[in-house]
Amino acid sequence: MENLNRGGFSFDLCKRNDMIAKNGMKMPGFMKTGTTIVGVVYADGVVLGADTRATEGPIVADKDCEKIHYIADNIYCCGAGTAADTEYATALISSKLKLHRLATGKQVRVVTALTMLKQMLFKYQGHVSAALILGGIDITGPSLHTIYPHGSTDQLPFVTMGSGSLAAMAELEANFKPNMTKQEAITLVADAIKSGIFNDLGSGSNVNITVLTKEGVEVLKGYERPNERKYRSKPYIFKSGTTPILSEVRLPPLSSKVIIEDVPMEV
Amino acid sequence: MMEPLRLTALPAKEVPMRQARFEPYVDNGGTVLAIAGSDYCVIAGDTRMSDGGYGIQTRQYTKIFQLTNKCVIATSGMQADTLALRKRLETVLSRYQKEHGKPMSTPAISQYLSNTLYQKRFFPYYTFNLVCGVDEDGVGCIWTYDAVGSHERVKMSSQGSGNQLVQPLLDNQVGKFNQRIVDGPRELSSEQAVSLAKDAITSAGERDIYTGDFADIVVINSTGVHWEKFNLKLD
Amino acid sequence: MSSKHFRFPVFGQVDYFGQPQHSAASYTPSEEKQRTTDPIVTGSSVIAIKYNGGVVMGCDTLCSYGSLARFNNIQRVKQFGPKTIVGYSGEHSDFQSITQLLDDLVIDDQCIDDKSQLSTEEIWNYLARVLYNRRNKVDPLWNNLVVMGFDKKTDKSFLGKVDLYGTCFKDDYIATGYGQHIALPLLRKAYSPDMTLEQAQKLITDCLRVLFYRDARSSKRVQLSYANANGMEISAPIELETYNWDIGEAAVKSFDQV
Repeated sequence: MENLNRGGFSFDLCKRNDMIAKNGMKMPGFMKTGTTIVGVVYADGVVLGADTRATEGPIVADKDCEKIHYIADNIYCCGAGTAADTEYATALISSKLKLHRLATGKQVRVVTALTMLKQMLFKYQGHVSAALILGGIDITGPSLHTIYPHGSTDQLPFVTMGSGSLAAMAELEANFKPNMTKQEAITLVADAIKSGIFNDLGSGSNVNITVLTKEGVEVLKGYERPNERKYRSKPYIFKSGTTPILSEVRLPPLSSKVIIEDVPMEV
Repeated sequence: MMEPLRLTALPAKEVPMRQARFEPYVDNGGTVLAIAGSDYCVIAGDTRMSDGGYGIQTRQYTKIFQLTNKCVIATSGMQADTLALRKRLETVLSRYQKEHGKPMSTPAISQYLSNTLYQKRFFPYYTFNLVCGVDEDGVGCIWTYDAVGSHERVKMSSQGSGNQLVQPLLDNQVGKFNQRIVDGPRELSSEQAVSLAKDAITSAGERDIYTGDFADIVVINSTGVHWEKFNLKLD
Repeated sequence: MSSKHFRFPVFGQVDYFGQPQHSAASYTPSEEKQRTTDPIVTGSSVIAIKYNGGVVMGCDTLCSYGSLARFNNIQRVKQFGPKTIVGYSGEHSDFQSITQLLDDLVIDDQCIDDKSQLSTEEIWNYLARVLYNRRNKVDPLWNNLVVMGFDKKTDKSFLGKVDLYGTCFKDDYIATGYGQHIALPLLRKAYSPDMTLEQAQKLITDCLRVLFYRDARSSKRVQLSYANANGMEISAPIELETYNWDIGEAAVKSFDQV
C-alpha cells in the first residue's frame, strides 16, 4: 500500500519502452527550448530575461513562446530544457507555494522555492530536464539562483543558462558591474539575450524581460523585437473550387440529431 | 577427451568502446532552391554556414557558384566537399573550353556532375546539388541531385536543410499540383518567380534554424547571369 | 630533408630513390593504424580581426594535456614567409607537422627565385587542401588554423580560417576553439571595418580576458600578432589585466546567511 502513496512519476514503462525502442520504434521528439536565459542582480532588484524561440530539432516550433514563468508574486523563474518539464516543475512549485502562503499568511522566500525545486529535481535524478534561473525579492533582499537538472544550485550576481549561455555569458562578463541602476541592468540583460539570439541557432526571435523589485513586478513582454519578417510577397489566393473533390458525403444537419431538453433540477 | 582451448570473442557489450572516432562528415546546413521557366531560371540560396551544431561559422558563405554564363551550381551540405567538387568542375570546364572552343552546355554539365558524384559512391561528397541555367535552346532547366549522383530534370526544386519546408510551396505555386482551376497563366513570369523565391527562402529562414542571414538571388536568362543580395533574419 | 609532399617529379621519370610508395602489401588494418582519433596536447582559442590598415590576432600561450595545464609558454602563432602569420588551436604536434610542410613550401618557393612570393591567400588555400586531403584519409590534422597577412604591394589585408575537415572561409573576424562560442559574439557586436589599430587591440584583449574568465583551458599569458604596412610582428607574451575577483562576494550569500 505504501507504494500507492509515494506520488510522482512511475518509471514502470521504461523497460517496455527500451524493449520496443530496440525493436525499431522511435520515441516522439520532445519540444526543447534551445534557449538563452539570463538573470542579473542590480542595486534594488533582479532582472530576468529570455529569448522566445522553441525548437524541435532543426525546426522552430514556436517563435514567440514564454520562458519566464510565474512562481509567486515576488518570484519568477526562467526555464531551459524540455519545455514540458520546465512548465510543470515551475507550475507545481508555484501551486505548492500558494498553499504555503495561505497556510502561513506570509510572503514566501526565494530560498523556499529554491529548496522545493532542487528537491524535486534531485528526486528525479536529472530525468526532469529543467535548467532554471530563479529570481526573486523577499525580506532578505533580491536574490538570484541557478538550478541544474540534477538538483544542484548556485547563487550568483549574474547568471545564464541554455544553449545560448556562452554567448550571453560573454556579454555579461564583459559588461557586468555591481550595483547597476534598473535601466542599466535591463539593457545588460537585453544585450545578453540578443547575444544568444544572434549567435546561437537554438535561440531566436524576441527579448522578454521581467523586473522584480520591492515595489512589485514589471513584465516586459517583447521588450525588443529585432526579428520581424523582412519580406512577404503578394498573398496566395486560391479561387473557390480549386481543390478537387474526390467523393461527397451528405451529412444531415446536427440539429436533426440532437434533442434539446430542459430537465428541472431537484432541490 | 579434452576440449580444445578456444579463444572466443567477448560478448558484444563487454568489448571496450573505442574512443571518440573522427567523423569525416559535417553538415554545414543551408537551403538552396530554383525555379525554371520557358526562358529563365531563378535560383536562391542563403549564405549562412553553421558548424554542424548550434553555431554560425560565417554569415557570408555563398552557396551558388557560376560555372558558365548559362549555368550555375547551387550546393548545400558539407562546405569542404562542396569546395572540392567546385574545383573539380571548374578545372574540367576550363579544359573543355580550351579543347572545344566553347563552354560546356548546361545538360552536359548536369551529366558530368552525376558521373563525378557517382565516382565517389562509397565515400560520397556530402553535397546536395542543383544544376540550374538555360539549355542550348534558351529554355530554363534545373537538375536536382542526391549525394551520389541520382538526378532528374525538373521545373522546380530545393535542396538542403530547409528543403522539406520549401518544396511543397514550390510544388503548389510553380507545379500547381492538385488544383482544379488555376487562376491566370500556368507559368510564372520571371518577376513572379523571383518574388516566390524570395518568399520561399524567407519562410525557410523563419522556421529552419540553419537558414538565414542573407540570400543570393540569381536570375539566368538570354542576357546572362544576374546576381542580387537579399536580407534574411540574423537569428 | 626533402618533404614527402614536396618532390617535383620530372614527367616520365621513375623515382628510384624516394620513399617506397605504400602498396597493398604494407596495408595495416585501420584499427592498428596510427592516427589522431583524439587530440592530446591542445591549444585553445585563437581570435583575429581585420582593422583599417591590417589584421590583429590574439591567442594565449597555454598548451594543455587533457585537463592539465601542461605547457605554459608555447607560441601558438608562427610566421611563414614575409607576409603570412598562422595561428592554431587544437593538437600541438599536428601543427608542428604543418609547420614543416609550410617551411618547405616557403623555402621551395624562394628557391625558384622568380621574384614571386606565395601570397597569404595561396598559403591559406594550400592549408585547406592539406587538411581536406587528410580528412579524406580519415586521418585528420586536428587543428583549426587562422591565417592572416598583409600585402604591401596591393595594400590589402587577408584573414581566413581552415578547420580539420578542410572547411575554409574568409571573414572580417575569426575565432576558433572556445572563442567560437565566447569571443565571436563579442566580435560580431563590436566589429566595424574602420577600426583603428588601438581599437582592434583593445577588442582582442577584451575578448581574451573574457575567454580567460570562462574557458578552463585558457591562460592570461597572451600574445598579439600584427600584419600591416609596417610588416609582420609577433609580440612578446604579456599578462592580461583581470578584474577584481571580489566582485561576486557581496551578492553571493551562502545558505546560512539568507
